[in-house]
Amino acid sequence: MNRRVVITGVGVVCALGHNSLEFWQALAEGRPGIRPIESIEPGLLRFENGAEVRNWDPSRHFDEKEAGMLDRFAQFGAVAAREAVADAGLEWSRELREETAIVTGSCVGGQGTEDEGFLNLYRKNIPRVNPLTIPRTMENAAASRISLELGVLGPTFTLSTACSSSNHAIGHAFWMVRSGAARLAIAGGSEAVFSLGFLKAWEAMRVVAPDTCRPFSKDRRGLILGEGGAMLVLEPLDFARARGARIYGEVMGFGMGSDAFHITQPSADGAARAMRAALSDGGLKPEDIGYINAHGTATQANDATETAAIRNLFGSHADRLQMSSTKSMHGHTLGAAGALEAVATVLALRHGILPPTANYTEPDAACDLDVIPNQARRAQVEYALSNSFAFGGLNAVLAFRSA
Amino acid sequence: MSNEELTERVRRIIATTQHLSEDKVTADSTFAELNIDSLDGINILFAVESEFNINIPDEAAQTIRSVRDVVEGIAKLLAEGPVRA
Repeated sequence: MNRRVVITGVGVVCALGHNSLEFWQALAEGRPGIRPIESIEPGLLRFENGAEVRNWDPSRHFDEKEAGMLDRFAQFGAVAAREAVADAGLEWSRELREETAIVTGSCVGGQGTEDEGFLNLYRKNIPRVNPLTIPRTMENAAASRISLELGVLGPTFTLSTACSSSNHAIGHAFWMVRSGAARLAIAGGSEAVFSLGFLKAWEAMRVVAPDTCRPFSKDRRGLILGEGGAMLVLEPLDFARARGARIYGEVMGFGMGSDAFHITQPSADGAARAMRAALSDGGLKPEDIGYINAHGTATQANDATETAAIRNLFGSHADRLQMSSTKSMHGHTLGAAGALEAVATVLALRHGILPPTANYTEPDAACDLDVIPNQARRAQVEYALSNSFAFGGLNAVLAFRSA
Repeated sequence: MSNEELTERVRRIIATTQHLSEDKVTADSTFAELNIDSLDGINILFAVESEFNINIPDEAAQTIRSVRDVVEGIAKLLAEGPVRA
């Protein structure tokens, strides 16, 4: 028997703040966290702006030895999970620890650690690489750290599907709680992208904007990379009610699929199929959806293709939908994107405020949907989707309901 | 460098990166004729940047659709002088 699954805790670290309250305030004010990149020496990149986590001091969250064991991406994930678990007000028992799942997403894991270690080897001719490179770099480092901190003993794993990683992670955690395979889940993702080698590779892809992230705007020039982490606590509705937990919202459905089309070009058909699968999984009709947190990377290709997919799936209802890309504020955090956007979507439903698409200047006929330009909007929406479409053609969509 | 020499080098780069025989890539070939998609295109520009030590701006990159576009683009950038770091 399927259980209804609700969200009872959220945690966020990103360019908009070090907790979910700061995150939400910035989203509701339409205030982007995109600024000149500080962690890389100027002049080495063709682009200069990013959505970095500012003033991150690991010693505020970890003792020195612990911090040394953790790459920045794992720190973001662990701190977001701490906030989510504290927010949920969980009381741990041996049974709950055994029946709790942790599912995280990350695209590139501790690539900053790897970059540094290999730089010493290749460039500085230091013939030894730090043994902590291995546990710091592994993509499951955040999941393992959360498990160690909380003593969680249940199914714990990490999914890596580029920009869809976190949506796949949350979706699978949702299915496990819904089916009873887990009694509780901590799900989300984290990413730290600001190392020179990785940024140079993005530069070579020619999809990073030289100015800022302007999703769905005619003058959009590409994505802005961001870093951070977000986690959600998922549990069955009856369990949450029985313990008097605050309920942020409900996870209704999860849909996924592959384009089988091109390794980097998006497909409207693949995107539409994933959205349709999420609706179907949640027993929803297209007309039920009032808000979409778009994938909205602000590349020419994504935004036009996503619009086409939505028009194709929703038909005339597409003109009644409200949609925004919060990447315009927290940047594209790759494997953490779905988690940040899931929290953004759930908080939007809870507060009755839809965050805007920031930095929007000019309508584009190829993106002719209501994208909530620049100003947040008061609206009570019952059902929403959050889209993630990854390089590699792997799509994952979550459906949420307001509490 | 003469235009002929430049064209020869561009044809060789495209043939190598696309795993095509060089005679398939002519001075008049378009990317569409050679089945070069957007990802192949940026891979070719990466090889061109490395070979000629030039930086091709993203804006220019978006307009390149043929062997001739690549040759003309390189000639223009080479005329502007060597790149900074």
